[in-house]
Amino acid sequence: MSARPIPPAPDSGPALRVRNLSVGFGRFGAEPVVSGVSFEVAAGECLAIVGESGSGKSVTARTLLGLAGAGARVDADELSIAGQSVLGLSEAAWRRRRGRDVGLVLQDALASLDPLRPVGREIADSLRLHTGLGPADRSRRVLELLDSVGLPDGELRSRQRSGALSGGQRQRALIASAIALDPPLLIADEPTTALDVTVQAQILELLERVKRGGTALILISHDLAVVSRIADRVAVMSNGRIVETGPTREVLGRPRHAETRAMVAAVPAGKPRGTRLAAAVPATAAVPATATPATATAAPTAASARTEPRPPSVPAGTPGPGVGPAVVLEATGLTKGFRMPDGTRLLAVDDVSFRLERGTTLGIVGESGSGKTTTARLVLALATPDHGEVRVLGRAWSAVSEQARRPLRTSVGAIYQDALGSFDPRLSVRDILHHAVAPDSRHPPGSGLLAPGSRPARARAAEAGTRARVAELLDRVRLSPALLARRPLELSGGQRQRVGIARALASRPQVLVCDEPVSALDVGVQAQVLDLLDELQRDLGLSLLFISHDLGVVRHVSDRVAVMSEGRIVEQGAQVFTAPEHPYTRRLLSAVPSLP
Amino acid sequence: MSDLELQAELGLGARRQGASPRPRRIGVAEGLAGAVALFLVLAAVVPQLLAPGDPLAIDPLSAFQPPSLPHWFGTDESGRDLYTRVVHGTGNSLLIGVLATTIGLGLGVLLGTLAGMLGGFVDFTVNRVLEVLFAFPGLLLALLVILIYGPGVATATIAVGLSTAPGYARIIRAQLVSVRSSAFVEAATVQGLTAWRILARHILPNTLAPLLVLATLGIGQAIVWATALSYLGLGAQPPAAEWGAMLSAGRTYITSAWWMSFFPGLFIVLTAVAATTLGRAIERRMRHA
Amino acid sequence: MFVLWAVATLTFFAVRLIPGDPAEAILGGPGSQASAEALAAVRAEYGLDQPLLVQYFAQLGRLATGDLGRSYALKLDVGPLVLGQLGGTLVLAVLSLALAWIIALALATWSTRGGRVAARVGSGLEIVAASLPHFWLATALIVLFSIWLGVLPPISTPGLAGLVLPVLTLAVPLAGFLGQVIREPLLTALESPFVLSALARGESARGVRWIHAIRHASIPAISLSGWAFGSLISGAVVVETVFARPGLGRTLLNAVTVRDVPVVIGVVMLVAVAYILMTLLTDLATRVADPRVRAR
Repeated sequence: MSARPIPPAPDSGPALRVRNLSVGFGRFGAEPVVSGVSFEVAAGECLAIVGESGSGKSVTARTLLGLAGAGARVDADELSIAGQSVLGLSEAAWRRRRGRDVGLVLQDALASLDPLRPVGREIADSLRLHTGLGPADRSRRVLELLDSVGLPDGELRSRQRSGALSGGQRQRALIASAIALDPPLLIADEPTTALDVTVQAQILELLERVKRGGTALILISHDLAVVSRIADRVAVMSNGRIVETGPTREVLGRPRHAETRAMVAAVPAGKPRGTRLAAAVPATAAVPATATPATATAAPTAASARTEPRPPSVPAGTPGPGVGPAVVLEATGLTKGFRMPDGTRLLAVDDVSFRLERGTTLGIVGESGSGKTTTARLVLALATPDHGEVRVLGRAWSAVSEQARRPLRTSVGAIYQDALGSFDPRLSVRDILHHAVAPDSRHPPGSGLLAPGSRPARARAAEAGTRARVAELLDRVRLSPALLARRPLELSGGQRQRVGIARALASRPQVLVCDEPVSALDVGVQAQVLDLLDELQRDLGLSLLFISHDLGVVRHVSDRVAVMSEGRIVEQGAQVFTAPEHPYTRRLLSAVPSLP
Repeated sequence: MSDLELQAELGLGARRQGASPRPRRIGVAEGLAGAVALFLVLAAVVPQLLAPGDPLAIDPLSAFQPPSLPHWFGTDESGRDLYTRVVHGTGNSLLIGVLATTIGLGLGVLLGTLAGMLGGFVDFTVNRVLEVLFAFPGLLLALLVILIYGPGVATATIAVGLSTAPGYARIIRAQLVSVRSSAFVEAATVQGLTAWRILARHILPNTLAPLLVLATLGIGQAIVWATALSYLGLGAQPPAAEWGAMLSAGRTYITSAWWMSFFPGLFIVLTAVAATTLGRAIERRMRHA
Repeated sequence: MFVLWAVATLTFFAVRLIPGDPAEAILGGPGSQASAEALAAVRAEYGLDQPLLVQYFAQLGRLATGDLGRSYALKLDVGPLVLGQLGGTLVLAVLSLALAWIIALALATWSTRGGRVAARVGSGLEIVAASLPHFWLATALIVLFSIWLGVLPPISTPGLAGLVLPVLTLAVPLAGFLGQVIREPLLTALESPFVLSALARGESARGVRWIHAIRHASIPAISLSGWAFGSLISGAVVVETVFARPGLGRTLLNAVTVRDVPVVIGVVMLVAVAYILMTLLTDLATRVADPRVRAR
């Protein structure tokens, strides 16, 4: 058991004490999902539980509310909230405590508040269930609560449904419903994950305030930067156990356990360009079968050995080794508007211009609704700009017909956030890659319907060439050939994105457009994919247009950065992160949490 | 929304739930449904094998006998063996169902593909026509067709086919439109594939993939409707060995000989349940295979 | 409005496709050996001697004023005749719809609460119920309740007792469909974060079910009401015939059998109007149940 009991706080008793907690599902004797977990939280203190998805952190949180789920077997030496044991409570007894003694704030308030009911009613439910307040008193209290979480216009807001509120407003309302009865313990499970950075900073401030008011706070998160901003202590979970625990600064600053080190290393924010993020990339990252994406299981020394920065591959502005123009992609005055349902016109992209130079990476960063996805579609010629033009390799791109553009298409590859959706669901990995390598081949690859001897020799040679190229691509993205027979649905998120990259590379493109390529991935997998992109750029001389909402990621991968807001580029250049000029950029940067 | 669209929605709807585990072994329900389907096909193709007697042979002396060992399902007013008649009726009923589904599906695919592919004015027109046809819910359209062409097996088959066509058309059109705007078609465009190749390689196969499921679900539906028309005296006429007609004949003797109505109806229900179960099983497998 | 006009036009020209002389049909069909004078008189009376387009616009005009013409077979005005039958069918349809909802909700709730076995049994029952043809279910119910148990009348007598079997016959298959539509979203809602949030507030399992989950689960089924109504009308044709109950369905079937064209058109027009009204009502109901639609 690697968890070490923490000495109790000397003055007051802890708000929560957990000793040797185990939670299992399914048959008796099955491997427990959480085992031997011990921690405690004092009033006014914040403990963060961090770990990759599947580490058992959410199950632990649910268990503290008696909501581990049907068929869960909960076992512990001690489990007490506000000094009272809650082990083996009946459902009715739990019900009286939930909301009153423990509050819960979940990720994504859009789904965590009933979308069919006004938020005021959702908040008032806590009061209805635990107090004798009448309807009038309840609505008065709801207004006070909304005010206290920083939602003015309570009258209006309480009548609105979660869908009518912005992401930040929703999350505030959700927090209001969780603290309605001022519970001594508040559990926040990934409370800021779906939010834009600026909003995330505000919500963290609100949680901080709640904590200072004397509430014990448990923050469940995979995001170390968020954790470092608010948590007093950190417990790192892996495979259902706490592997390391201690004061935040210590654990994140000088991680001792290999798992923690890998997590800290994987955070791209503030790391120089070209630094390896993944602690160690296995020879074949894609482990067959249903195994979770491999993270850092290798020796911890590998991590430190690889963290030396490398010099930028190609100095910005100088032509790369390949022939052709130095500017591979150029957008001038791009404008695109959409008609809204109420008849007004929304300018999604407004006079956007940028140049991507050979062998470099241009990052486009912006919050949701900033127009970065529309920009990606314009660059890929999936949408036609109202004004302005995109040129690829110095030749007309957006201004010509699809037919005229097609020969040039092979020079521009793309990878997408939703890799799964970008694959034809009927096709196997083999089909996808064969089609990408040889778009004109008649025979469905690998169908084996015709005996090899019955085909003309030329076709056979061509097919052998295709097969070799597919094998080469797989090797490039470090996927095992064993995955060829699978369909994308049967792959992990990281494997899917690797297949997506392999497909994009098939036509030997010079430009790769990456639209939020790592946003759907766990931090560890994200690190591997970012490393892979970096390596490919170096080896193949690729030019990358990298679009993301994540400033840390963009900063890590980009030579130059363009910051988008409300359809416009407010600032661009190499200096954006070091010497921001525009107030929006400064606000954005100050909101980004970073490691200590 | 038509019966068929609802069926399809229920059958195909599971798609939205994302990756559910691949069903490995054949479930009890699927096994039973398969066995029923096998029996029905056998009865349709080689009825003599399952019931050697003559479905029209009269034996007035043994009329109205309840189910017994020599007469499993009992006998009717002329002493004909009901088991033999039900088995021999399978071919007729199944044939009507298959033909009606073929007509409906054929028309539906034609209209739906036209609307979905050509878009614009054609799409608008087809949609308006479908809207009008949907104002004749369920059997009403079939009744109109019969009003025009008079009762009979052929009319009933065509009537059922025509009244299911709008449902198929809307499903195919919706499928086509959603596939055409899907992320993987865009990805193929980015790869530089020609419009024709994208159509042939991605759009058509993905649009037509649910057809097998639709057809399976549709046959059960079509048989129920066709037998309903026969039962109302608008389709096959007694003494033909067709399930609906047999039920209709049994109606007169409902107070004394319940088995005359029960067994033909049981076969209709079994067929419909088996078709639904198999249709969904195929859909699940297609998604994972 | 467009749909109504199209329905009227379609039925008008479709009816002209009927082989044989409509005048002959009015006089009792080809077997009636009607005299030439009688045919001419009938033609004049029903306006059948006019050119087709004149007839078409005349009929449209009459329809616009609510005049549906005269029945060939019953020699009665179609409008009052059809409207008189509407009430019985509506009572049947509304009661069946209500019962179907009750059965479907009860079955879905029970089977999502009772673990794996209950879920299997529940969804199996729904598929079987949805596959039951009305005519056979009606027969089975008559045999069971009227002949063997003798508790309910086999034909629909006026009064409540006579309504039980027809309503059951229509409600059970519909409940099967509704139940299938309700089950998935009910399960999804019960596993959704907002239900977890409600539980974390101290809400009981029953409270979660009734305050949150069932409302979500009902929305898709409510939006099917237009379809449900159509299937009930189509089922009424069978059920009214089996139970010898007066109503639109039986009127329609009789009219189709004897080719009483004005009555068929009258019923079809009425059903089309009712169907369109029902679709509008469905939209309204969906808006009430799902405020998100309103916001859009």
